[in-house]
Amino acid sequence: MEKTWNNKAWFMVLPVLVLVAFSAVIPLMTVVNYSVQDTFGNNQFFWAGTDWYVEVLSSDRFWDALTRNLIFSAIILAIEIPLGIIIALNMPKKGLGVPVCLVLMALPLLIPWNVVGTIWQVFGRVDIGLLGRTLEAMGINYNYVQNPVAAWVTLIVMDVWHWTSLVVLLCYAGLVSIPDAYYQAAKIDGASRWSVFRYIQLPKMKRVLLIAFLLRFMDSFMIYTEPFVVTGGGPGNSTTFLSIDLVKTAIGQFDLGPAAALSIIYFLIILLLSWIFYTVMTTSDAQG
Amino acid sequence: MLEMKKISKVVGGETHIYPTDLVLERGSLNVLLGPTLSGKTSLMRLMAGLDKPASGSLIFDGIDVTGQPVQKRSVAMVYQQFINYPAMTVYENIASPMRISGADTATIDREVRKAAELLKLTPYLDRTPLSLSGGQQQRTALARAIVKNADLVLLDEPLANLDYKLREELREELPKIFAASGAIFVYATTEPSEALLLGGNTAALSQGRITQFDRTIDVYRRPVDLITARTFADPPLNCIELVKSGATFTLDGKPVLTVPSHLAGIGDGPCTVAFQPHHISFDRPQGSADALTVKTAISEIAGSESFIHVGFANARWVMLAPGIHDIEPDATLEVFVDTRHLMAFGPDGRAIGGAA
Amino acid sequence: MARINLNHIRHAYGAKPKSENDYALKEVHHEWNDGGAYALLGPSGCGKTTLLNIISGLINPSEGQILFDGKDVTNLSTQERNIAQVFQFPVIYDTMTVYDNLAFPLRNRHVPEAEVDRRVKETIEMIGLGGWAKKTARGLTADQKQKISLGRGLVRNDVSAILFDEPLTVIDPEMKWVLRSQIKRLHKQFGFTMVYVTHDQTEALTFADKVVVMYDGQIVQIGTPAELFERPRHTFVGYFIGSPGMNVLPVKLDGNTATVGGEHVALNFQPTVKPGAKTELGIRPEFVSLGREGMPVAITKVEDIGRHKIVRARFADQPISIIVDEDGEIPAEPRVRFDPKAINIYADSWRVGEEA
Repeated sequence: MEKTWNNKAWFMVLPVLVLVAFSAVIPLMTVVNYSVQDTFGNNQFFWAGTDWYVEVLSSDRFWDALTRNLIFSAIILAIEIPLGIIIALNMPKKGLGVPVCLVLMALPLLIPWNVVGTIWQVFGRVDIGLLGRTLEAMGINYNYVQNPVAAWVTLIVMDVWHWTSLVVLLCYAGLVSIPDAYYQAAKIDGASRWSVFRYIQLPKMKRVLLIAFLLRFMDSFMIYTEPFVVTGGGPGNSTTFLSIDLVKTAIGQFDLGPAAALSIIYFLIILLLSWIFYTVMTTSDAQG
Repeated sequence: MLEMKKISKVVGGETHIYPTDLVLERGSLNVLLGPTLSGKTSLMRLMAGLDKPASGSLIFDGIDVTGQPVQKRSVAMVYQQFINYPAMTVYENIASPMRISGADTATIDREVRKAAELLKLTPYLDRTPLSLSGGQQQRTALARAIVKNADLVLLDEPLANLDYKLREELREELPKIFAASGAIFVYATTEPSEALLLGGNTAALSQGRITQFDRTIDVYRRPVDLITARTFADPPLNCIELVKSGATFTLDGKPVLTVPSHLAGIGDGPCTVAFQPHHISFDRPQGSADALTVKTAISEIAGSESFIHVGFANARWVMLAPGIHDIEPDATLEVFVDTRHLMAFGPDGRAIGGAA
Repeated sequence: MARINLNHIRHAYGAKPKSENDYALKEVHHEWNDGGAYALLGPSGCGKTTLLNIISGLINPSEGQILFDGKDVTNLSTQERNIAQVFQFPVIYDTMTVYDNLAFPLRNRHVPEAEVDRRVKETIEMIGLGGWAKKTARGLTADQKQKISLGRGLVRNDVSAILFDEPLTVIDPEMKWVLRSQIKRLHKQFGFTMVYVTHDQTEALTFADKVVVMYDGQIVQIGTPAELFERPRHTFVGYFIGSPGMNVLPVKLDGNTATVGGEHVALNFQPTVKPGAKTELGIRPEFVSLGREGMPVAITKVEDIGRHKIVRARFADQPISIIVDEDGEIPAEPRVRFDPKAINIYADSWRVGEEA
């Protein structure tokens, strides 16, 4: 009985499996295939074994880009998660303000990546951009084309502007599900604002925060469009993230082997880090 | 007739319902009585076809319907929450199952008005459910279940979210409403008093097992085991571990209660003796009764009667005494246990001895 | 603990109440004793929760004052009033242990840790959760969680009153008895001022010294359980308290005789009633005796609910309920008698006193 039940279930998900196979597994296997062979075009392949992996892993270029990625994601998470929580906590819980706030919050999420890049590229230009001109007028040395710090700040501000809303919306959903009685009880117990957050709101937001954290980590770690549009990886290599590096290797230099190896490594890093975060956060949940 | 044959349900390796056999007759009212998480809802979902059993089969009027999805069965369900279509009038709400089945307008109108009359909804037919009181909303849901004319009507604690008095009124009306229909009614509740007021048959549930299925009053009077007896007592059943030796039940070698004639047949040895709170009183009842000295803990006055919590040896009992008795805690009193209604359970929890 | 004065309190949820009907709570003016156990009883929408929230400080009344021990607290917040509250659904800090949950209100008030430890340990014993201190609150059962909610109030020695908002809603019947008698015992032992909101008459009557019956935003009667049962001031109280509620029969009065249909009932007093008033006779089912003598009735239904039987009958063409003992007989030609001491006379729904 149990068995037929399970077989049937597998049968039902078969179309999805086929779709996933075509969209993910097959391209992935192609990449794996490329990463262990050498080619000079003309469909001629030579077995390269782990050579490309060794090459990638022993290059400074890779480690520099990876470090940039990690720093970038860390900064993004350190800003967006707390900021998202703070905004969500201060959003109205009832009345007309709710739909207004929600729509305003959702707006940046509706803009495509490359448009966001373009908006900020123009916005921050020293010659014609409102932000760039203003900063320049205030005597601040801001030029993302020449100054690596300015370039980083631009990318971070851009990402924060674009994606904090997502964290806000997720947190908000968690917050509104807390019954009023909890707040009343906390008042009666004389709890401070911090205690209310620490012992009521944070535990109730834990699940959505985990989702927000993972989404923002994966997304920021894979950042490509914005630096590509705004800085093109520069000035110098200061904003060359793994993704930019990958495209440069694959398309710029047509080094398909190393590029494929880099892709696989990149993929594995994201998988590994996401798994670590997930495990750490869910086990602390079970103990807490 | 609905037959469940060795039906069980396992979720993620955890057994929610152990293999269960149950036969429900057409036109009967069947109460599923048990505490929270005893398996009432799981069992209902199996009956409805919302869940597939891990084993066993479900037979309706001789036809195996085990694998049949709920849409193809003739089932109506009423939940604890008041579930109605908020945008429709009460009339349209009640009419909705018949509209789906494609009945003609005249029939619909006749049936809707009949059900509305039965459930006292006639004045509210043009209102929307959310403008009504909780009791009226649940009446609407009930009316919808009735007009559906289903073979099986499942009610999952339908009165739990209503006021005490509204519950009382609906409980009184429900058996009449049920009697007018030929369907099988299954009604889940945690409250023994509700089961008794509804009458019909009762299946007592405990931890995923049906411990007893019989006429409601018989399950109450003659529970087959201690778990059933406890499930079916409100106020809680009074129990004490005693040893039967000859014509007396003893505690630490001292006689406590006389063995009544209906328990004379049980063998000597340890057993659990139990009795209902109204079978212990301040006045010596007519017939056989034994005096005991108890210590009071607290007394609760409920208008016409009082609940006095007392201690005897290690046991804690509740006395239900008519009249008002405000007794100070820690007082020592003499009370009488009406031995004609004693129940006895063996060390395995099974009832022993004849019927009271 | 505190004495609570409610001075001419009225509350309307709308901004500018125009008529009496705009008030969710009509004028309340009462003094509640220090250390008393009060129950606010009534159907949903009667204003009992509004009144509770006014006492706790969650709602600021539109009019009137509230005093704790003579001190005006109308404009003070919930914290400043030092009240404790147990809600309908258990509120616990589920990432904390049982111990930390109880210590929370004390730590928030910067009580020294040694004192916290002493009081928490004491409270854990009081609420019967000894041995559970180190457990995380998350995995506990509903009744244990409610005990923690209560414990967070008990642990403080500065509380003016403990408020309960239908605290037993999610508790299984058997545990209800245990928890309720525990609350009652704590009240007897420590003399907290307690206010308990419920729609369940058994809970209200058994818990409280004084029950406040509310109906349509008004307090219709404040009385001991016995007073409410024997001398309901209003027919609503008679109906709402008791199951089944009081029989209310329309009568014609002539001196000390009340006439229902063709039957004459002798009264042991002579009620004085304004001419033109609607007059009714109230008699509880408990005080109607069924036998071979008296006035004839036609029995329509007998409900055996275990500890007694409820007989539904028609008397002088009016529906009437009669309670008969478990072992009581139902004669073939049934007749009824009303206990003269238990008869109440109502004029326009309000009770007419014997002394009047």
